[in-house]
Amino acid sequence: MSATISLISGRAVPVVGNDIDTDRIIPARFLRCVTFDGLGEHAFEDDRRQLTAAGKTHAFDDQRFTGAKVLVANSNFGCGSSREHAPQALAKWGIDAIVAVSYSEIFFGNCVAMGLPCLRVSVADSEAIQAAVVKDPAAQVAVDIDKLEVRVGGQTWKAQMGAGHRQQFLTGQWDATSELIAGLPQVRATAGKLPYVSSFA
Amino acid sequence: MSSRTLFDKVWDLHTVRTLPSGQNQLFIGLHMIHEVTSPQAFADLRAKGLKVPFPELSVATVDHIVPTEDQSRPYADGLAEEMMVAIARNCREYGIRLFEPGSGKQGVVHIIAPEQGLTQPGMTVACGDSHTATHGAFGAIAFGIGTSQVRDVLATQTLSMSRLKVRKIQVDGRLKSGVYAKDVILHILRKLTAKGGVGFAYEFAGSTFSAMSMEERMTVCNMAIEGGARCGYVNPDQVTFDYLKGREYAPTGDNWAKAVAWWTSIASDADAQFDDIKTFRAEDIEPTVTWGISPDHGVGVGESIPAKESFTQDEWATIDEAYQYMDLKAGQPIAGVVIDVAFIGSCTNGRISDLREAAKVITAHGGQVNAKVKAFIVPGSEAVKVAAEAEGLDKIFTAHGFEWRNAGCSMCLAMNPDKLKGRQVSASSSNRNFKGRQGSPSGRTLLMSPAMVAIAALEGKVSDVRAVLNTSESLQKKN
Repeated sequence: MSATISLISGRAVPVVGNDIDTDRIIPARFLRCVTFDGLGEHAFEDDRRQLTAAGKTHAFDDQRFTGAKVLVANSNFGCGSSREHAPQALAKWGIDAIVAVSYSEIFFGNCVAMGLPCLRVSVADSEAIQAAVVKDPAAQVAVDIDKLEVRVGGQTWKAQMGAGHRQQFLTGQWDATSELIAGLPQVRATAGKLPYVSSFA
Repeated sequence: MSSRTLFDKVWDLHTVRTLPSGQNQLFIGLHMIHEVTSPQAFADLRAKGLKVPFPELSVATVDHIVPTEDQSRPYADGLAEEMMVAIARNCREYGIRLFEPGSGKQGVVHIIAPEQGLTQPGMTVACGDSHTATHGAFGAIAFGIGTSQVRDVLATQTLSMSRLKVRKIQVDGRLKSGVYAKDVILHILRKLTAKGGVGFAYEFAGSTFSAMSMEERMTVCNMAIEGGARCGYVNPDQVTFDYLKGREYAPTGDNWAKAVAWWTSIASDADAQFDDIKTFRAEDIEPTVTWGISPDHGVGVGESIPAKESFTQDEWATIDEAYQYMDLKAGQPIAGVVIDVAFIGSCTNGRISDLREAAKVITAHGGQVNAKVKAFIVPGSEAVKVAAEAEGLDKIFTAHGFEWRNAGCSMCLAMNPDKLKGRQVSASSSNRNFKGRQGSPSGRTLLMSPAMVAIAALEGKVSDVRAVLNTSESLQKKN
């Protein structure tokens, strides 16, 4: 049993754009490591540096969003490489929940296994939430996994999450390892029925 | 039971039970490990005192960080060396096979497992690498996972997974000369977008895929993930069985016939039901090149960079970002875009047939790599390197100014010393044109087939490979 996760409250940070891939979240050179320690400071490093060089500011460098717990993104967030280093970097930067239109399957699975809930909202709502956060960066954003809502100031948006995943967070079963281990006798039975496991002998 | 897809059959056969969360506990028949996404998984096993109950169902190699020039140990990069030491220790401690450099079996994980006959139809295959989709070419359900899930597979040989929907992608007809498997998948990505496949497994069906070799099918399935589909597959057929026969880990003797019978039985039924079907015609597919920062930003080599207005409005911010990053404008022809680096290799296109096609184009052209271009060719595995050298392909490459390297992932993701510098533009046979992907934070990537990379290297700019192929074919006819 892992910790139950039902409500994340805190300030939010908007990261705008579709198809933001995991190479951008954590460039490959930072994967030369045998632990996930220290990844947080490198989240979006190349995007941040390039914007700074162009006289602009990435949301992760913008002081208005310092200390944010909720990341608000758009479509197909976390696509590309399977690297868990990407959600680990976001979590170590301080992100406790993500709200976006959609996620790459692998990124989403990594987040579940780490206890980082990812809620889905419509295209228009993702843009509206980002706009609300930009308008009032100090606003408290509530990501409610129980009610499947995102609340900012007086506004409420409906959000989605698969029933199974929602249940995993609400009941503290997002870390599946112990449950999977409990099934080991059945795992052996399944293996025994698959002809290739014994090379068809 | 009839009307079932291969996905349905394989998923059901591997479902151990339904977990309290409602997800499936799914058995993994082949688990592959590499040095980048596994050290934290082994560390967690050790910290929790967990055992590996099925070590014989995992196989490991090193590919991402391996240098392709000087491979002497210890590596010049201390961090890379530390990862090499870690995977050797982890595999030794948990009794897992490791194919190391010099073994003759090392290479990009998605190239060596098929090459050794480890990947077989009807399996579930997982690896801490998104391009695990490659193995679907054999009629396996193969998908990438993260490091926590690598730990789960090591500890239980299972994963907690949600079932996917299945979309059939039907492509019929014969590909035109100069159009390759890479162009087929780039065309599909362009039409169905990078996110269109989220939630789906892709079944690649139709006469175009039936006519493909296993290596071509691997190129297509490899990039299913670039379309958002976690896995893609082709139903197993005689081409699959012929490829597997005689490979080291393939069934032998009396077991071969049993294997073929079972492999045949798991293919999709003729009346299988799909959640969605998309249809394409092979003759509509042109040699395709990406111009932007996502693999679905592709155009035919005879086309121009598309206008923003040809995309849905929610894409405009990304398209503007792509124009700016690539320094390309709407309406500008893709042919003629100048390149600085040419890279042939990767799990997408680092196999022997890819190198043969590149060599054919280079020979037909007859010239040298453009003086301003650095061009290098990285075989996908030690076995591919040996095969290429036995055919004399390396001599063709080096005689025309291409560098010939050792096996590894190399500049596909540039975790080893092979990297773009500054804003260099690369013509690349790899799979991702993301910002910064090839090792320079401002480097630019144009994805294309190995044949198109070869011609770009020689001409110094994006060029239509059909110009040299057609000339060489008409010359052959005259002779």
